Amino acid sequence: MTTFHDPTKPKHVADRFENKHDAPAGSSAVVATTEEVRITTPPEICGMGHRMKRKEDPRFIQGKGNYVDDIKLPGMLYMDIVRSPYAHAKILNIDASAALAMPGVLAVITGKDLAAHGLHWMPTLMSDTQMVLPTEKVVYYAQEVACVIATSRYIAADAIEQVVVDYEPLDVVVDPYKALDDEVIIRDDKELKTNRIWHWEVGDKDATDAIFANAAHVVKQYMHIPRIHVASIETCGMVANYNPATGKMQLYMTTQAPHAIRTVFALVSGLPEQKIQVISPDIGGGFGGKVPVYPGYVVCAVASLLIGKPVKWIEDRSENLQADSFARDYHLEAELAADANGKIVGLRVNGLADHGCADAAANPSKFPAGLFSICTGSYDLQAAHVNFDAVYTNKPPGGVAYRCSFRVTEAVQMIERMTDMMAHDLNIDPAEYRMNNFIKADAFPYMSPTGWEYDSGNYHAALRKAMDMIGYEELRKEQAEKRARGELMGIGISSFTEVVGAGPSRDYDILGIKMFDSAEIRIHPTGKAIARFGTKSQGQGHETTYAQIIAEELGLPANDIEVEEGDTDTAPYGLGTYASRSTPTAGAAAAMAARKIKAKAKKIAAHLLEVNEDDLEWDVNKWQVKGSPEQAKTIQEIAFAAYTNHPQGMEAGLEATDYYDPPNLTFPFGSYICVVDIDSGTGEVKVRRFVAVDDCGNIINPLVVEGQIHGGLTMGLAPALYEEIVYDENGQCLTGTLADYLLPTAVESPKWETGHTITPSPHHPIGAKGVGESPTVGAPPAIANAVVDALWHLGVRHIDIPITPEKVWQALRDAGVTE
Amino acid sequence: MIPGEFDYHSPRTLQEAVGLLQQHGDGAKIVAGGQSLIPAMRFRLALPEVLIDINTIDGLEYIREDDGHLMIGALTREADLEESALVQQKYHLLADAARVIADPVVRNRATVGGNLAHADPANDHPAVMLAYNAELIALGPNGTRAIPIDDFFVDLFENALADNEILTEIRIPTPGPGSGGAYYKVERKVGDYAISATAVQLTINGNTCTAARIGLTNVSAVPMRATGAEQALIGKQITDEVLEAAGQAAAAECDPSPDLRGSVAYKRDLTRVVIKRAIRQAVERAQGG
Repeated sequence: MTTFHDPTKPKHVADRFENKHDAPAGSSAVVATTEEVRITTPPEICGMGHRMKRKEDPRFIQGKGNYVDDIKLPGMLYMDIVRSPYAHAKILNIDASAALAMPGVLAVITGKDLAAHGLHWMPTLMSDTQMVLPTEKVVYYAQEVACVIATSRYIAADAIEQVVVDYEPLDVVVDPYKALDDEVIIRDDKELKTNRIWHWEVGDKDATDAIFANAAHVVKQYMHIPRIHVASIETCGMVANYNPATGKMQLYMTTQAPHAIRTVFALVSGLPEQKIQVISPDIGGGFGGKVPVYPGYVVCAVASLLIGKPVKWIEDRSENLQADSFARDYHLEAELAADANGKIVGLRVNGLADHGCADAAANPSKFPAGLFSICTGSYDLQAAHVNFDAVYTNKPPGGVAYRCSFRVTEAVQMIERMTDMMAHDLNIDPAEYRMNNFIKADAFPYMSPTGWEYDSGNYHAALRKAMDMIGYEELRKEQAEKRARGELMGIGISSFTEVVGAGPSRDYDILGIKMFDSAEIRIHPTGKAIARFGTKSQGQGHETTYAQIIAEELGLPANDIEVEEGDTDTAPYGLGTYASRSTPTAGAAAAMAARKIKAKAKKIAAHLLEVNEDDLEWDVNKWQVKGSPEQAKTIQEIAFAAYTNHPQGMEAGLEATDYYDPPNLTFPFGSYICVVDIDSGTGEVKVRRFVAVDDCGNIINPLVVEGQIHGGLTMGLAPALYEEIVYDENGQCLTGTLADYLLPTAVESPKWETGHTITPSPHHPIGAKGVGESPTVGAPPAIANAVVDALWHLGVRHIDIPITPEKVWQALRDAGVTE
Repeated sequence: MIPGEFDYHSPRTLQEAVGLLQQHGDGAKIVAGGQSLIPAMRFRLALPEVLIDINTIDGLEYIREDDGHLMIGALTREADLEESALVQQKYHLLADAARVIADPVVRNRATVGGNLAHADPANDHPAVMLAYNAELIALGPNGTRAIPIDDFFVDLFENALADNEILTEIRIPTPGPGSGGAYYKVERKVGDYAISATAVQLTINGNTCTAARIGLTNVSAVPMRATGAEQALIGKQITDEVLEAAGQAAAAECDPSPDLRGSVAYKRDLTRVVIKRAIRQAVERAQGG
């Protein structure tokens, strides 16, 4: 077991800003908040701020995307997987003879076969280990037990039914609190016979305890942030194509991090890295679920290597829901302290993380509980202490950062529920209470009690705007009138702070690889460009927004810039797309690479105009002579000259690469307000209105930001009211289909009303912050708070998400309310 | 999610289809809209040796009134039912149900006959047809026969059709004057089966309920009528007390199983609530409301 302590030690402010780009060194100036989206380029260039329609969408809406399952190679074989019907069982024997006798079946691969090559175990991203295929026992329901390789998908599906596995069932541990007892050891492959994985603490325990000892008001609540699944539209899959003649292994793969995967495959398999090409084609949603390596990928690649033919593996929906990495599953005991004036002063959290059978989270290495320690949220506290344990249970491994920057969702759910509870206990309106406790706009950059340096923020402005948009004061009057008539209406607020853009290389790595990201821009002679990145869009719209960043910097029309990602043979190295890191890292790299090109373009322009470089100034898309703007060279003219008439002694061409190491994370924030109506007879919750005001700094494309927020809010509605992975006492997954694992649809979604404030990041080259995950992080507590707000006068203090009709019905019946 | 191997036939006539059923016996399955059977096959929960696709048979999709009945062809899509002006004007219970069956995408393919023949107590049409006292018309080698709805549901996923019979038509008696009906469903989200739902068809004469039939959805192993609740209404004026008595009778006589939708206690109480709401709506409609 590893013990971690305080990996996020406070860093000196000036030290953080000391970097290569043009953030003011040592700046502590307050960043102004505006509402106007800044536009500096005309529509034909379409730089930042333009509502450009997404360049990638024509192919998607015509059904002409190219996903892994669209890849068809000559002679391709198909893989299907035999899965365990038990959550914990010894494997006594695997008899593949009947399957092997079927025409069209080429191989049945078991753990013993992999063991011969040392490939039956693999590392997780958190330096734990996970079975590829078992040799001794299975540790979760639907675990991969054996793989069939056949000449058709149908033969493979028939053949898995003919693989006979003898199991001896073992006692199953489903409850993580029972796992702490160590009565049944799940990972007996390990030296230490315990289910405990790690212990982690952050913050100042003594100072926090002292605050609680003297606190005038304390609220305390246990809550479970349920185990959920990303449930992306596209399931996971691979086409592995090993060419024995060239020794090259092509891996078409549903991955959010192709470069890191290439390196891990090289290290694990022993294949030389230049002979591995990972291609992540169009990806139908990742949300963190396509960061880990699943056993299916490994066996598929091994099968191609051994057979020398392409092998395709595509999960079906139930395999995806039952066996792929989950998210969340944190049990939290939280306490919040306030002084005699009601001011929040301290936070204490005891957490238990249920990781399933392996710690297969995708956190940066030094952060076993991810960035959970951001849990003081938007409030100015004096002290906080977080104490966490993690355990193994007989469930699939995890947990991934589902549209969330490494456990921020859990942190926000906790602090926003606790703050609301304190406001209600003190009988202060929850909006007013937040206003009283927010970190003030002039306090940024703000150092949090757990060591985070918030880059910029204006929480009062965002909440005030949300209140104005929804008509907060009127709604409170309506609520009072309805309550007098016995009708149940609730108003819930969530004023969240996100922490995204991992991350600065001194603290952030995955398996030792630093979490920078990259951009490479090449301008062609005719003034068109190709830009390649180390990230990988799965629906975020990178082909549009990256082009707009470059258009902003260089004045090239965004439509003249081709954006490519996902092929490790062509793209520069990067850590991939998750945790809202693409804009903070690769987006910054795009601007920095463009600025390198601009600098070279200036030299070429000076040469063409026969003036000194110092006499030139930049204007949208050209270098012009100061005081005589008619003497100018456009970026297109300069590009042509870079290949046809460049200065003697200068390298030809116009291209640049940037590997961007961010000086800090970015801290997007927002205030969401939700109105619910509750049916007191049935327990149904109806979200009537939902206003979301987001602040992600400077906006690259408002249309893309709104799209991200609409999708994210729906994914935030999901765990608040619908989604949970449920196991029975035997560890059988009860939510293995979309009939049982409930994804909300357009019918369940309210009309999302969005707004924004703009408080730029002071350290990011274009002042932007990540935004894709803010709504998923911010929405659940707004909804949960609204439900509790509707029921508070009946004595209801808390309901765990997902807030199902039965939970509400039970709370109402407990309060004596019936129809 | 890959089904097992099966033979596929697409007959052009009902007679041909019945012939295929006779030939293949209980190894054969009729596929209509396929919205229940195909998922079951993909999970290999259903492994028919022969699939007889009746979508190629003409003349099985219609909604018309004749001889005091609404005639619905067994292959009629739920979406057509939902859009039928005739249904909306005169068959309120059916119109209510048509709007909440599964989701719009499923309703484009799913059929009324399939919904009934699947004999799933979680489906919506069984309760609706029980409340309407419908008749189901079956065609076999020896011609047609009418099966009263009360005799149709034999067990979970088991109906009264012989192995060589095909359901061809559903006949609903046209409601007389003073009649009203309603369907009230509580589901976790669109497309989910009901946590509990109630179908009510009743007649009000003066202020008194003279006839009532009530079907319950997804609170029993076999589609059921709430006869205790019906008795609580018949001969009574529908007061709040009578409504509550009917609700309590239904809560007592239903037999739900616990699942992810809820506990037995919740489902019983929800049945009490939804039956009251359905009756109230049906009474309003009967009184011209």
